[in-house]
Amino acid sequence: MADVSEAAAPLGRFDLTRIPAHIWVIVVLLLLVPTFTSGFVQFQIFGWAFILGMISLSLMILAGYGGMVSLVQMTAAAAAGYAVAIFGASAVAEISFAWPWPVAVILAIAISVLVCVISGALAIRTEGIYTIMITLAIGSAFFYFTRQNYTVFNGFTGFNGVQPPQVFGVTWNDPTPFYYLTLACAALSYFFAVYLARTPFGLALQGVRDNPRRMAAMGYNVNAHRLAAYAVAGVISGVAGVLLVWSTGQISPNTAAIGPIIDILVITVIGGINRPIGPFVGALIYVVLRTYSLDVLTALGLDGERFKLLIGMAFLLIVYFSPDGMCGIWDRYITRLWRDPKREGADG
Amino acid sequence: MADAQSSSSTAGPLATAKSRWWAAGGVAALVVLWLIFAVWPDWLVAILGRKKVFVNALLNGVTLGALYFLVASGFTLIFGLMRNVNLAHGSLYLFGAYLGYEVSRITGSWLLAFPIAFLAMAALGTLLQIFVFRRLDGQDLQQTLITIGISVVLADIMLWIWGGSFYQILAPDWLSGPVETFIPSSVSRRTGELIYIKYPAVRLFILVCAVIIGVGMWYILNRSKLGMLIRAGVDDREMLAASGVRIQLIFVSIFAFGAGLAGVAGVVGGTFQSIAPGEDTRFLLSSLVVVIVGGMGSIPGAALGAILIGCAEQFGSVYAPTYSVVLTFVIMVAVLAFRPQGLLGRA
Repeated sequence: MADVSEAAAPLGRFDLTRIPAHIWVIVVLLLLVPTFTSGFVQFQIFGWAFILGMISLSLMILAGYGGMVSLVQMTAAAAAGYAVAIFGASAVAEISFAWPWPVAVILAIAISVLVCVISGALAIRTEGIYTIMITLAIGSAFFYFTRQNYTVFNGFTGFNGVQPPQVFGVTWNDPTPFYYLTLACAALSYFFAVYLARTPFGLALQGVRDNPRRMAAMGYNVNAHRLAAYAVAGVISGVAGVLLVWSTGQISPNTAAIGPIIDILVITVIGGINRPIGPFVGALIYVVLRTYSLDVLTALGLDGERFKLLIGMAFLLIVYFSPDGMCGIWDRYITRLWRDPKREGADG
Repeated sequence: MADAQSSSSTAGPLATAKSRWWAAGGVAALVVLWLIFAVWPDWLVAILGRKKVFVNALLNGVTLGALYFLVASGFTLIFGLMRNVNLAHGSLYLFGAYLGYEVSRITGSWLLAFPIAFLAMAALGTLLQIFVFRRLDGQDLQQTLITIGISVVLADIMLWIWGGSFYQILAPDWLSGPVETFIPSSVSRRTGELIYIKYPAVRLFILVCAVIIGVGMWYILNRSKLGMLIRAGVDDREMLAASGVRIQLIFVSIFAFGAGLAGVAGVVGGTFQSIAPGEDTRFLLSSLVVVIVGGMGSIPGAALGAILIGCAEQFGSVYAPTYSVVLTFVIMVAVLAFRPQGLLGRA
């Protein structure tokens, strides 16, 4: 895995003038999206991409900073979604407690953290590639269990009719409010992930990723750092899970089936698994491809149902040719574009 | 490192711990044998229900375990020798199953489906080894991601060709129907004779085949010259390559063999279960759990894990239908908590 070199920069004072111009353009554009797009685009494209991006971001924190490719993040998000449906109100009145929404949301995030930490505690007992297998097994166990259990998880059908709360008189699953809600959460978690890389904890975590034995020898508790990373990732995937259940109004075992679990990994890798912006880029590509796959596929002369083939091939090509995802491709393109021919060779 | 030192410290306490495990295993085996062959007294029937249900669950569990073993042994063999994690292994299983279905449908021969599925999947495995694993040697994460991508693509191509419907490979006449086993279920009230349990012949046939394959693999690995080379490769591949062995040839043939086994398992699974989209991930996951429980890279571990998981699933679905998945999961968690390298894995 490539090193996160910019993360080593010292933790400086927050300075607006240091932010490059293209970031400002992106920020302004994102804030203005509702003025020039339809409700469908705001809700189905951006809202969904922000949610998937946050779940993938939690994987990115574990994989990029901690070197642990955990496939349990979608499961943690779904567990949070279930918690909102069970502790809050849903159409399945005989199971749902209908507690006030702040309680349900806090419990949901706590449960997501719990799922992540328990899975992490099991996975960190082994090294490297085992993590992927153990977390995949845990995720699928959750899927099969929710499908079989009717007393708590309402089996195959799950829950529907989960409404977001009416706060400040706004219906939060209307397209424009939902867009800003998801944008705010996504932006917060993005900046948190950027900030995390430069904190002492984040730096230690990256040290653990690169050389656990040396970190242990220096007196760091390797497993405690890994577990804490799982807990942090659990918070982000928990928030995303709450947004997920509010956006669709329903949660069922299929939310965290094997397909979506793999999708999160695919999204993160397509975007770029070792920097915080990668998951959001990947999620946007994924959602756009998924929404317009019919048009794309018929344009390529294929059957409209072959979405998985399309995304699978894209994934394969990216893993094969650019292990750091679309962000890596972009970086190489930019460096080629901005390279000064006179200074070439001097930089080496 | 610390584990290796502590395990090789003193022989005394280790030997007693080992003999204690053997004693516990022996007692458990005796209890199971008694449960199988004795005619159950009434108090036991009151606790566990009718013996027929119990024995059927056990036989189903063991035969399902045999199927899991066929899939997982290839997976664990490939991992053990090359440290390659092939997450497309489930796709090889399903692809083999579909091919076996087509072969048996066109030629009408069930037995012919096995060599064709084996050869086709071995060929696919060879391609995988040469174009993916050899080129990305040592890059664990890359390999895993690529094989996930391949499994996504293969799953969709198979869905494209065969659609979403269920298929089943028909067993030949000489294996259809139940046979009478030598396990008594109860005493007939009328005549006082023992009534024996009947069980589908094809499942017993498959169980016997899996045992033969398993013993054969164990024999080749532990008693033949080829096995010696393979085990040497597991321990220290650089040294083996340096001593003049063509290690890439061994790698590619082991990969082909493991992939071929997945294809054979596909035909087996297509005969006594069904072939449908989604079976690929199901069998990939079951082999993951089996090798995590049994120990990565160990053939006897795969056998033990497969039987444990198969029995857990079947007993779970008989005695606690909603919690059968949890039982499997609990076994995995317990193994990870107390013996992270797996029951028969090496630290």
